[in-house]
Amino acid sequence: MNVEMVTEKINGGFLLKLKGDVDMNTSSDVRNAIAAIFKQGSPGMKAMLIDLSHVRYMDSSGIATLVECMQNCMKTGARLRLYELSPAVRDVFELARLASVFEIFKTCGGASAGW
Amino acid sequence: MTEIVTITVPSHPKFLYVIRSAVYPLVIEAGFPKREARKIVLAVDEACSNIIKYAYEGDVTKHIQLRVSLDQQRLLMELTDTGKQTDMSKMAPRKLDDVRPGGLGTHIIGAVFDSVTYDTHRETGTVLTLIKNKAG
Repeated sequence: MNVEMVTEKINGGFLLKLKGDVDMNTSSDVRNAIAAIFKQGSPGMKAMLIDLSHVRYMDSSGIATLVECMQNCMKTGARLRLYELSPAVRDVFELARLASVFEIFKTCGGASAGW
Repeated sequence: MTEIVTITVPSHPKFLYVIRSAVYPLVIEAGFPKREARKIVLAVDEACSNIIKYAYEGDVTKHIQLRVSLDQQRLLMELTDTGKQTDMSKMAPRKLDDVRPGGLGTHIIGAVFDSVTYDTHRETGTVLTLIKNKAG
C-alpha cells in the first residue's frame, strides 16, 4: 500500500495533502516530503497545513512523523495545523492522547484562517 | 476456542497491509464494532512493526505468523517470530506526556487488548498472545 502526497504553496506557507496508508513502510516518504517543504519554505514559512481526510490508515510511525514535523515547526517559528482527520487518524490520535498537542481543525478553511 | 485463520507474511513492512486487510474483516465478523475493529487492527499492526524492528532488527527475509482464534467470550491472536527474544525490561510503554517521536506502539497494544503476553520460553523467537474480550 502506498501513500500519495501533493504539496501546494499557499499564502505564507504550504499545504500537504496525504492519501492512503501512512505506516512503517511509507512514513519515511512522508518525512521526506515534509523535509522538502521545510527546505523550500525556510526561512519565512508561517504555517504548514496537512490534510488528513484521505488517510485510510495511520500507525505510530505516522504519528512520530507528525510529532517531528511539529517540533521542526516550533524551531522555525511556523505553525503546524492538521485538518479533516479521517476516522483512522482520529483513532490513533485518541490512543496516543495527542489531540491536545496539535492544532486540529475540522475544515481546510478553519485551518487556513488566522496565522 | 476455534481457530479461524493462520497467516504467514514476510517480515517486510510492505506486507503489513496484508495482516491489516485480513484482520479487519475477521474482527468485524467476530462481532466487534467498526471503531473497535480499527483499533484492534492498529494494535496488531504495531505488534508486527515491533517484531520487524526489534526481533528481526530490520531483516526483511524472515517471517511473521499470525493465528486468530475466537470463542463466545474473546478474540485471541498469536504472533510468532523466530527473531531475537524480547527483553521484557525494555517493553514498558513510555509516558504519554513525554511528547516525542517513537515509543507509542507498546502503549497502543496495551491500551487496545485486555491481555498481552510475551512467551520467550522457546529456543528461538517469541510468541505474543493478544486477547480481546467481547463486551456483554
